[in-house]
Amino acid sequence: MERKIRVLVSKVGLDGHDRGAKVVARFLRDAGFEVIYTGLHRTPQEVAMAAVQEDVDVIGISLHSGAHMALVPKVLNYIKEYGGDPDELVVLVGGIVPEDEFDDLKAIGVDGIFIPGTPISKIVDFIKEIAPKKKRSKMEKMEN
Amino acid sequence: MDVRKDVEEIKKKREEWDKSCLQPYLKKGGEREEKFENLSWIEIGRIYDPSDIEHLDFLKDVGYPGDYPFTRGVYPTMYRGRFWTMRQFSGFGTAEDTNARWKLLLKEGQTGLSTAFDFPTLMGLDSDDPLSDGEVGKVGVAIDTLRDFQILFEGIPLDRVSTSFTINPPAAIILAMYAAIGDEQGVPREQLRGTIQNDMLKEFHAQNTLILPPEPSVKIITDIFEWGIENVPKFNLISISGYHIREAGSTAVQELAFTIADGMAYVEAAIERGIDIDKLSPQLSFFFNSHNDFFEEIAKFRAARRMWAKIMRDEYGAKNPRSWWLKFHTQTAGCSLTAQQPLNNVVRTTIQAMAAVLGGTQSLHTNSFDEAWALPSEEAVRVALRTQQIIAYESGIPNTIDPLGGSYYVEWLTDKVEKLAWDYIERIRKMGEGSVLRGVLAGIENGFFVKEITNAAARFQREVEENKRIIVGVNKFTIEEKIKIPILKVDPEVQRRQIERLKRVRAERDNVAVKEALDWLRNAAENNENVMPAIIEAVKAYASVGEIMGVLKSVYGTYKKPIII
Repeated sequence: MERKIRVLVSKVGLDGHDRGAKVVARFLRDAGFEVIYTGLHRTPQEVAMAAVQEDVDVIGISLHSGAHMALVPKVLNYIKEYGGDPDELVVLVGGIVPEDEFDDLKAIGVDGIFIPGTPISKIVDFIKEIAPKKKRSKMEKMEN
Repeated sequence: MDVRKDVEEIKKKREEWDKSCLQPYLKKGGEREEKFENLSWIEIGRIYDPSDIEHLDFLKDVGYPGDYPFTRGVYPTMYRGRFWTMRQFSGFGTAEDTNARWKLLLKEGQTGLSTAFDFPTLMGLDSDDPLSDGEVGKVGVAIDTLRDFQILFEGIPLDRVSTSFTINPPAAIILAMYAAIGDEQGVPREQLRGTIQNDMLKEFHAQNTLILPPEPSVKIITDIFEWGIENVPKFNLISISGYHIREAGSTAVQELAFTIADGMAYVEAAIERGIDIDKLSPQLSFFFNSHNDFFEEIAKFRAARRMWAKIMRDEYGAKNPRSWWLKFHTQTAGCSLTAQQPLNNVVRTTIQAMAAVLGGTQSLHTNSFDEAWALPSEEAVRVALRTQQIIAYESGIPNTIDPLGGSYYVEWLTDKVEKLAWDYIERIRKMGEGSVLRGVLAGIENGFFVKEITNAAARFQREVEENKRIIVGVNKFTIEEKIKIPILKVDPEVQRRQIERLKRVRAERDNVAVKEALDWLRNAAENNENVMPAIIEAVKAYASVGEIMGVLKSVYGTYKKPIII
């Protein structure tokens, strides 16, 4: 049987706004994904380590602190440092992100940015569409 | 409630109306929904009349403002005397940046200050802590030492303003800093006016600014009470908050119930300490959310006052009528703001602000329309403040007291919300075997509060996903849009400048005095003494927020929240 898509939902940094992360985690689980939620106040190292150890397909990073441009690159760098490859992951950012910073996040490897009010079905569809492509590229790399 | 017509006659007439007028009409068209529910999933009736509130007694349950049970307001003249305090929460960057924003707001007619701190300060960390990287000055002002406070209040005389501080685990430190600034400005401590949020219980339920475990957190809050009633008698020593519980997804009923339960827990802790509650009560304040369901919010505010009056007088035996007052601050619901079509938020905020005023709030923060995107720009803050000013000066709403009092619907709903909140409080009391304080601590331990709130948040989201709840511009009336609102960007240099200042303070201060004060604090904490005197000494010696919290963490340990989805 094919493995379920594994999603890490994470809260990184000092902000305690976890309503969005928890609701998204619950709905992704209900949509048939395997979901791991990190809990609050994780450091970039902890989140990266969890992503690598749990061998997830998708990493969602929730921030309401305005610190995304500082913390998201750190998470991705630590994933590399711990032997993972962020390019093979679907990287999602959710929370309060000004629209003019979407491109900055995409430039460092974020695949999707979801602001408040996004229907969760849209996140589900996005993952279903992108995750298999990422997985294929991962397989191809392994074969080469 | 007493009405001129006999209730039996009204009931008879209603049945007639139902049969001869309503039913034929329903057969023709029906209604928009099978069942009408408000945001707490309370079913709302088609119409209310005196028979719906016949169990209420006007004099006992509604009465007059300034009089028990204060359903209609705590002051006899309410806004005919003076308007609510228009208090916009603000702060960003360094103390200099925030000082400048405050001076602008005061010039624009704001009547009280309200401080937003950055995450490192809220979490008791110094700006140079590795965990603070990227967060310094982002969502509020960065405070490390008394030096920052001196800059923050430069040119702001503390005998002329009242200042609110949204601060929880480090509340004692911030209160000590404010007292120190007062001392420097020559303002006697008994004249200092303001509020520290200082409500840790709701942090465990919802807001998650968590450092120390629950019991020591309550111990320190009680220390602040004990010190505060003697030293800063005009200062609100706590703002018992439902705001964050609601933002985390609770219903209005849960917000009310959990907030009142937390308030009871603090009062019980004070009584256990031997504090005279008639002395403490005037220094307690509350903080509620004002969300979209207009009448439910008004009912919630009215019910809150009535419940607290009963609790203080009848349960805890407070003697002074002043002790029965529930005074509260309101903020419009941040979680109701949409990123989509942001100008629509001005309208949402206006409706919510009107509910707060009709509910008798003592102070109000109106959110800015761009806050689903970032910290508010100056223009957005101005519109938010103007919203309050228009309600105050143009709408006529403040000219009479509790204008919705006596509305069959509002009285029915006030009573309903109160009853549902009491049910929760009795459950909590049962968890504590008769003690609400123990019950709240048990509910934190066993996840009761988090589960209740999380389930409500998920239920709401499910209804939005299924289009059962309409959010204009989000799941109906959507447009393709390019968001063009000017967004406040915090200078990325803030962190570097703040760390430099902290280093300079550490180099220039008397480090022996710092060590002595911190040793005293450790001693006080270890020996279960009041920590406030030592914290004041430490603050005056320029010990940093991180150093002071560090001592408390080493004595009491830190708290890791269980994961509940």
